[in-house]
Amino acid sequence: MSRTRFLAAVAAVYALGILMAFPAVAEVRIDITRGQMKPMPIAIPEFAGGSGQETKIGHDIAMVVSADLERSGLFKPIDPKAFIQTVASLQVQPRFPDWKAINAEALVSGKVEATPDGRVKVEFRLWDVFAEAYMTGWTLSAAPSDWRRLSHKVADAIYKRVTGEDGYFDTQIVYIAESGPKNDRKKRLSIMDQDGENHRFLTDGSDLVLTPRFSPSSREITYLSYFKGVPRVYIFNLDTGRREVLGNFPGMTFAPRFSPDGNKVVLSMAEDGNTEVYEMNLLTRQKSRLTNHPAIDTAPSYSPDGQQIVFESDRGGGQQLYIMTAGGANPNRISFGDGRYGTPVWSPRGDLIAFTKQKGGQFFIGVMRPDGSGERLLAEGFLVEGPTWAPNGRVLAFFRESPSDERGRGQSVRLYTIDLTGTNERVLLTPIDGSDPAWSPLIP
Amino acid sequence: MKLRFLSIFAAAALLAACESAPSDTGTKGGAGQTTPMTGAKTIAPGSKEDFVANVGDRVFFDFDKTSLRADAKATLAKQAAWLKQYANYSMTIEGHADERGTREYNLALGEKRANAVKEFLAANGVAAARVKVVSYGKERPVALGSNEAAWSQNRRGVTVLN
Repeated sequence: MSRTRFLAAVAAVYALGILMAFPAVAEVRIDITRGQMKPMPIAIPEFAGGSGQETKIGHDIAMVVSADLERSGLFKPIDPKAFIQTVASLQVQPRFPDWKAINAEALVSGKVEATPDGRVKVEFRLWDVFAEAYMTGWTLSAAPSDWRRLSHKVADAIYKRVTGEDGYFDTQIVYIAESGPKNDRKKRLSIMDQDGENHRFLTDGSDLVLTPRFSPSSREITYLSYFKGVPRVYIFNLDTGRREVLGNFPGMTFAPRFSPDGNKVVLSMAEDGNTEVYEMNLLTRQKSRLTNHPAIDTAPSYSPDGQQIVFESDRGGGQQLYIMTAGGANPNRISFGDGRYGTPVWSPRGDLIAFTKQKGGQFFIGVMRPDGSGERLLAEGFLVEGPTWAPNGRVLAFFRESPSDERGRGQSVRLYTIDLTGTNERVLLTPIDGSDPAWSPLIP
Repeated sequence: MKLRFLSIFAAAALLAACESAPSDTGTKGGAGQTTPMTGAKTIAPGSKEDFVANVGDRVFFDFDKTSLRADAKATLAKQAAWLKQYANYSMTIEGHADERGTREYNLALGEKRANAVKEFLAANGVAAARVKVVSYGKERPVALGSNEAAWSQNRRGVTVLN
């Protein structure tokens, strides 16, 4: 994939900031730690363009930025039919009363310009309507085909300026696409942008594949495949399309995850009826066992600093969460609520661990602090499973499966996203059923 | 970008094409299912059909348990006797779980169940070298309902003759 080249327009941004003499009085701001807030009205007119290509891209960018911000639940894009000031006039200077009149609190202006090298230069600015102040902006250059990534970067910049948190829109999701009858389900490794666009299947379904997870670079995926009938952990390289079995383990390997530095994969191996957690060093190809217990020890996930691993074990009688050092020392149980806890995933921010909980015949997605305190349940269902964090640690994706009758009717498996506050649950649309989502870091 | 996308897809398709070599029969939906017999045909002693119809190819487990129940031990004792008589077979024990668990835990649980079967057979004279195990976790149910009647059939260990 071609990398977006940043025209380090830092200088331009600074210059703009100085030129804009408006004082920031009542700053446009969203406190995202509170749930169920009223979304902020924002006006996102088409980005201006001269040629047909520029106009088309300018229109499409505005659509994608609006959709990203709307899905976050924090913004409410205003219907463009209500706009008073024209796109052309906006390029000269925002006429703030026109935007106040339609209750816009924030305003986006932008421009698309084709450059002689065949690329497009996209300029964007965010304005505080009530303070009549410039808030942020940049200019980026990219291949015209990368207009979607540019759009997501605009949305990320707006999100960051208004909430104070990093965005998560220029990201991808890898997951398992599912089809066919329940007793012979065809599963395919699949990838898409976080908004469901640019979808593609990476495997054809001839082998059962499960539980994909991104490398920190987002260019590799580690997952479980039953290639030739033997369940093993593989690494799929998105740039080469090559797939490689990970390590020479005597037993079944599964439940893989990359370390935050990308140099290790932590996984489980099951042999002779015992499942343990192992670490595989990708540089030295050395493997070492991290747990040593006759119980089931699986689903390991690193803390963002790479110093600790959270995993699940039934060594205490039922499935519960434990934390040990990255070297496997001092396993300590952290979950003590009613029910069973599995699939722990450490937040990229380090402050929380997401999990799947089973209690009273229902499944839940929840979070708790690494010391086990502050448990909150965010989503519930007959089967909800497999939380994964957006890179800013504010949004989670998971999958939900519905029950079926004795002929398998009624089964559906869908991906969902939900805000950390437990609000704004949304279906993440996929071409066919989907499970086991994993969110990428922000694309470099 | 487009071209690159196509090349990735082509590579994936190529890989996939290489993968479609004949795999063992245990991986597909027919895995260990009771083979419907045509009424007229007689079952040859020592055949795979004989094993499934007259011995029983599967045992069942309680929820979240890997220990062998009395009925499972009875079935496995018959399996062991048959497998000692027809020593030419090697076999794969499939371990399965119901859908009421998380995916990775169920993979571990299935492996533990398959090994419980393997160990019982070994203790009753079936050489471990003849036996491989594979776990499918909750990925290959035989009963499709979302109720205990279905789940009790899906928590199983299946001896598949190669």
